[in-house]
Amino acid sequence: MSEIFTIIASVSLWVAMVRIASPLIFATLGELLCERAGVLNLGIEGIMVAGAFAGWFAAYSGMGLWPAVGVAFLTGMGFGALHALLTVLFGLSQHVVGIGITLLASSSSYFAYRLALPEVTSPPKIEAFATWPVPVLSQIPLIGPVLFSQTPLTYLAYGLAIALALVLARTPLGLAIRAVGENPTSVEAQGLSVAGLRSGAVIAGSGLMAVGGSFLTLSAFNSFFFEMVNGRGWICIALVVFGAWKPGKAVAGAFLFAAFDALQIRLQQTPLGAHLPYQIFLMLPYLLSILALIVTSRRASVPAALMQPFRKGER
Amino acid sequence: MRLEPIADPSPMRRVLPVVIALAATVILAGFLALVSGSDPMAVLGLIVKGAVGSKFAALETLNRATPLIFTGLAIAVAFRARLWNIGAEAQLYAGALVTVLLGTGALPLPAPVLIPVMALGAIVAGAAMLVGPALLKLRLGVDEVVTTLLLNFVMLLFISMLLEGPLKDPMGMGWPKSAPLLKEARLPRIVSGLRLHWGFGLALIAALAVWLLDRHTVAGFEMRAVGAGETAARFAGIRVPRVVIRTAVLSGGLAALAGFSEVAGLKGNLTLDLSPGYGYTGIVVAMLAGLNPLGVVLSALFVAAIFVGADSMSRAAGVPTYIADMLLAFALLAMVLALTMTRYRLRRA
Repeated sequence: MSEIFTIIASVSLWVAMVRIASPLIFATLGELLCERAGVLNLGIEGIMVAGAFAGWFAAYSGMGLWPAVGVAFLTGMGFGALHALLTVLFGLSQHVVGIGITLLASSSSYFAYRLALPEVTSPPKIEAFATWPVPVLSQIPLIGPVLFSQTPLTYLAYGLAIALALVLARTPLGLAIRAVGENPTSVEAQGLSVAGLRSGAVIAGSGLMAVGGSFLTLSAFNSFFFEMVNGRGWICIALVVFGAWKPGKAVAGAFLFAAFDALQIRLQQTPLGAHLPYQIFLMLPYLLSILALIVTSRRASVPAALMQPFRKGER
Repeated sequence: MRLEPIADPSPMRRVLPVVIALAATVILAGFLALVSGSDPMAVLGLIVKGAVGSKFAALETLNRATPLIFTGLAIAVAFRARLWNIGAEAQLYAGALVTVLLGTGALPLPAPVLIPVMALGAIVAGAAMLVGPALLKLRLGVDEVVTTLLLNFVMLLFISMLLEGPLKDPMGMGWPKSAPLLKEARLPRIVSGLRLHWGFGLALIAALAVWLLDRHTVAGFEMRAVGAGETAARFAGIRVPRVVIRTAVLSGGLAALAGFSEVAGLKGNLTLDLSPGYGYTGIVVAMLAGLNPLGVVLSALFVAAIFVGADSMSRAAGVPTYIADMLLAFALLAMVLALTMTRYRLRRA
């Protein structure tokens, strides 16, 4: 047991927690935005792959890191636009379109990777974002090294979480987005465009998912490899439910999840870990997500019009 | 812009969008070949030749289609009842696992008894994998999409753990694979000498059985009724939870048969790469078939041909083999759109 306390008392665990949470925060907020507008976006897993690849490839081709993040964002928006076209304009099944987008986005990333680097066996590296301690803030005991000695993309994630929470809760635009996910007919009666609001939310949300993916290649690791997203997108969908469709709670969920993930990696190296197969530890994040869904299932805060296509004049 | 239902679509209207979707997929294939610096016509030719150009190629396509028929059927029955089973991959591995557990010497039975017992065991395991999420959906309202998706990852890790632990073949030279099945546990070949096993026959029988169930039984009608509208089904006196559970058993069992047939018919043992995503590809297969059980057979053959053809083409020309996944994902989206456009038209609002 004492090893566990040593691990929990170590700063490196909490630093790792924030690092692991960062891509999840981007993608979870992106999914949350889509779902608040009434669209389930199952393209998330593939869009994260596409963002990871596009960001990495842009940097590999000589672009700066921030422009590379922009490329990832645009790539995500592109797939988001396709999703919106099919689910919002044509009202197709959000499940099927989402799975289709995931397959399309990940296979085109792998195709493009193989096309660009046919003979490569070990993935080429790039110069990734370096840790940038925030002046003053990083000097705060405990909190400083954990929250403010990270890479710049993590700070962007904080800012984004605050911005999205404010926009959703305090602005007319946020009200319209929430309303379109609850009762699209009322939004239309106000003279606002249901299709426009939903499409905008899906496109912007998909962009954020892709930025989350690009965190993996531009900040956490410094190269792109296959299966690197590895179900993170699906976990973000669980985090949105866990967070009851609220940005603050969803971010808290991402931190909680990341804490367990960071802990299980470290537990593997303890004597306890030596007795158990490593697969048990790797299963924990997925089992934990399922458990979180079960625990939070009683709260009826699902956007009322989630997954319901809106067709003008139909009821 | 808005969609307007067409009261009485003309025969042209019913067919044209589907033709356009397929044509667009072929054009995309040509475009991807061009991007890869190859001659589009040559690449398309190589794909066709690699899929059906020889007896060996055609048999390979039939073999590849076998698990896809099972997973395609699994998805079709589930989606028809609006049970969003994205966990066919986990159910497939559950079936494969039980097949190996029963077929490597645990049951000293002759082949005519052993093989059905193995299949039944596989079905039970696959069904259990889906009944769990279905119960969570019914009792607690937990979305089955996420639970079935996440279970895929859990299952693969579980299999990996077993293959590196208790199930590891002592004669396997250290590779994480199970011991081979007994000879009595192997599915025989349909024609001796040809590399095509009875799993394919079983898949065809399953498709026919699901079609009969769907069209000619009350149970099939109830499943479709629940899919068409839960409230209406309830008012019609259908016990919705029972139908959902029944659908889960059927769907999970069908997906598990894919694992059973791959292990007992083709591979003879269990490895972590038994399925290159057959569970997910089953979604494409089922959607291309418009969720029709007999259509699933055709679309599984089509999808298998693209995979086998693209593999073979990729070795000959320099086009990455991921072209197959790209084409299928595109075909899925194009086909879902096309099927809607056979019933709706776009109008300016």
